[in-house]
Amino acid sequence: MGAYLKKRGWMIGFILLAVVFPFLSQNDYFLHVLTLAFIWMIAVYGLNLLAGYTGYLSLAHAGFFAIGAYALGLLTVKAGLNYWIALVLACVITSAIGFVVGLVALRTREHFFAIYTLCVGYIIYLVIDKWDSLTGGVRGLIGIPAPTAIGPISFETPLSQYYLILFFLLATILIMYRIIHSLTGRTFIAIRNSEDLAQTIGISTMKNKLLVFVLSTFFAGLAGALYASFIRFIGPDIGYITIIFDFLTYLLVGGLGTLAGPIVGTFLIVSVSQSLQFLQDYRMLIFGPLLTILIIFYPRGIAGAYLDFRMKRQARKKKSVPSKQTSYVQQSQEDEEKRVKEG
Amino acid sequence: MDILTQQLFNGLTIGSVYSLVALGLTLVYGILHIPNFAHGALYMLGAYITLTLMLLWGIHYWIAMAVSVLVVGLLGVLMDRLVFHPLRNAPPIHDKIAAIGMLLFLEAFAQLIWGADYRTMTTPYGQVINLFGTTATMQRVLINIGAIAVMILLYLFLKKTYIGATIIAMAQNREGAHLVGINTNKVAMLTFMISGGLAAIAASLSAPINLVFPGMGHLVILKAFVIIILGGMGSIPGAILGGYILGFTESLGATYISNDYKDLIAFLLLVIILSIRPKGLFSREGF
Amino acid sequence: MFIETRQLTKKFGGLVAVNEVDFTIEKGKINAIIGPNGAGKSTFFNLVSGSYTPSSGQVFYKGKDITKLPPNKIATLGVARTFQTTNLFEQSTVLDNVIVGHRLRTRSNLLDAVLRTKRYKLEEKKCRDKAMEVLDFVELTHVRGELAVNISQEEKKRVAFALALATDPEVVFLDEPTAGINPGETEGLAALMEKMVKRGITVCLIEHKMKMIMKLADKIMVLNYGEKIAEGTSEEIMNNQAVIEAYLGGDASA
Repeated sequence: MGAYLKKRGWMIGFILLAVVFPFLSQNDYFLHVLTLAFIWMIAVYGLNLLAGYTGYLSLAHAGFFAIGAYALGLLTVKAGLNYWIALVLACVITSAIGFVVGLVALRTREHFFAIYTLCVGYIIYLVIDKWDSLTGGVRGLIGIPAPTAIGPISFETPLSQYYLILFFLLATILIMYRIIHSLTGRTFIAIRNSEDLAQTIGISTMKNKLLVFVLSTFFAGLAGALYASFIRFIGPDIGYITIIFDFLTYLLVGGLGTLAGPIVGTFLIVSVSQSLQFLQDYRMLIFGPLLTILIIFYPRGIAGAYLDFRMKRQARKKKSVPSKQTSYVQQSQEDEEKRVKEG
Repeated sequence: MDILTQQLFNGLTIGSVYSLVALGLTLVYGILHIPNFAHGALYMLGAYITLTLMLLWGIHYWIAMAVSVLVVGLLGVLMDRLVFHPLRNAPPIHDKIAAIGMLLFLEAFAQLIWGADYRTMTTPYGQVINLFGTTATMQRVLINIGAIAVMILLYLFLKKTYIGATIIAMAQNREGAHLVGINTNKVAMLTFMISGGLAAIAASLSAPINLVFPGMGHLVILKAFVIIILGGMGSIPGAILGGYILGFTESLGATYISNDYKDLIAFLLLVIILSIRPKGLFSREGF
Repeated sequence: MFIETRQLTKKFGGLVAVNEVDFTIEKGKINAIIGPNGAGKSTFFNLVSGSYTPSSGQVFYKGKDITKLPPNKIATLGVARTFQTTNLFEQSTVLDNVIVGHRLRTRSNLLDAVLRTKRYKLEEKKCRDKAMEVLDFVELTHVRGELAVNISQEEKKRVAFALALATDPEVVFLDEPTAGINPGETEGLAALMEKMVKRGITVCLIEHKMKMIMKLADKIMVLNYGEKIAEGTSEEIMNNQAVIEAYLGGDASA
């Protein structure tokens, strides 16, 4: 139990803090900022699964975020669908488009993949921007409804929206945790390590890459849809490349390919941005070099640096107690613990 | 006035700019295999530096451009030394992210110094002239002449000088170049210098017919990527040819299809190419 | 016939890397492919394991034509291989690196993982047990908890063996398994190969270390300039005029 707490301490701490935060601070503005950060985190988790665990840097994810947002907006505003049905459909539509894009994009590798997805992202942005009759073009889409009440629970107040989105975030984290610590997750990591090797141990790389791509667009779409119903107004800007750069910054600072990374990075950058309000448009003066410096010196971000630190400490500890015979049970418990560290 | 000739001339002008930008990108890719996403920021800075020199100190257009070429070129070298060189053995995802980081920084920097406003650049060459039955501003003619002159100079440099030959040698085989005693670090820096300089020339030439603003490099760099994939990553003739092909396609597409969607043409072209040939049109892989 | 190649040819542009090679790999034996540098050994390996598609010719595995199958399908049929350089995930433990090797014998999917179904739990255990078993087989049980970055070069080679063995193969292709390790360790790996054969796993390897091959291999094929110049037992090879010429005339990297 002690080990369990140590292992997932950060996670339990985060959940507790997130749940009680509204009771600690009555500030609606903070609540708003935090809710937004939760939405970004969901999208960043999607990106992390693809870029961090499978090794494919997609620059199209702002586009998929926008597709989710616009799908929800159009389905509720123009088609008058029930919010929850629209939410499900928005995710399905985004994933379906993700499937088609992935089918082609994943045949390319490395630079080509990055450039290809960058262009796909730009196409999505341009289409939203120019397809005036459907999307409202630069004027954007207004009057997107808040989530409709489920029985007695309504989502009109900022507080209820906060908890709703927190719920989705926690569900995302749970799903990510389970994927990463399963054979499926191991399969993704094997692909990141070496696609040739993965193939020779019998892994169908294309099938798995497509699965990851669709999953990651699903989460981008979910985040987009939640964003639309939270802010209630969307414009083409949410699909612009600067959004994907934001996502990347969050992910890189937190830790690419770590489970805690998206939370740590997003929370840190969003809160620093808040305290540097006066910087606003110039925030990239700090975050741009930060991104570059991190990738040179700490490519696995804060969470990765922490894991490395713990790893080294453990290695030292082991050396100071040499060749102590451990029983099988003990050893496998240690294995289990180490296994989790990777996440 | 014949619309077609007019549009062809426009295509040539746009294509000249695209070619210059794509040349810089393809040179760096050829030598270092880095897709330099920050190249668009160099382009943007090139325009701003020329503009500032002209406005602030009333320096002549051409001299301002020369200074800009130097400054942006040196910035390119700095980028190589500080960022790409330390990352040369890192996983491929890293240099792309580093480049994006620099792009973001340089754009924010430009916005801090020059503001987010759209600015115009006025040159001494605004007069309209008549050329083979079509009218054009002198500036547009200069873009074409300038771009072609630069391309010829670059060609002569690469083919006829020893330093140029080392660049070509290194593009073909990095390790081999190192073995025969070529200082690969120096060549990399030189390549970044040229690449930045080309971006500055392209920006300074085209700024008078476009607008100058912090995000001006976005579309251009994206299209330059399309061009070098079209022409073969690392290929110099491919970049030039691809630039003109895209220039003509866009200018004709804008007239005969839709002005709104003309920017889409490049990206659709890319999507189609990579769908059919995932490693680019002229991949050298697999011999 | 266990594995058989017929007129196997691979051209890169104008260059013929492997030229019309007929070769049979005998079941339950140690088969070796030798030859000077650039003789086409690795290309031949890549053709048989499906990493490359041949320009012409065929590969048969237990009578089945596998020429056009992708590598992952070939692996499922029971053909495993290692690479010259071992790509391990260094931030992960040895055990973790090997567990995924048995993935191809499992069926649990994303939903199983998310919902933690019975099948998921069963198969997770199955893969873990398999990894333990093969690590025991390659004598690495004592380092299974170490991070891959911290183990020695020889241990990395053994991990690569373990990963290949975790796929439950009938035949294992080893691409220069003893490159870059010292003679003592080489003997250890040779013993491991013999142990594999005793377990009923066919071994086929590329090797530079002639002495070891002559002692170890039951059957040897010699390639030179992409062509088979000799085939047979080690005595036959050692006395073969063409082989002697190839090695004396060319770069004798033995």
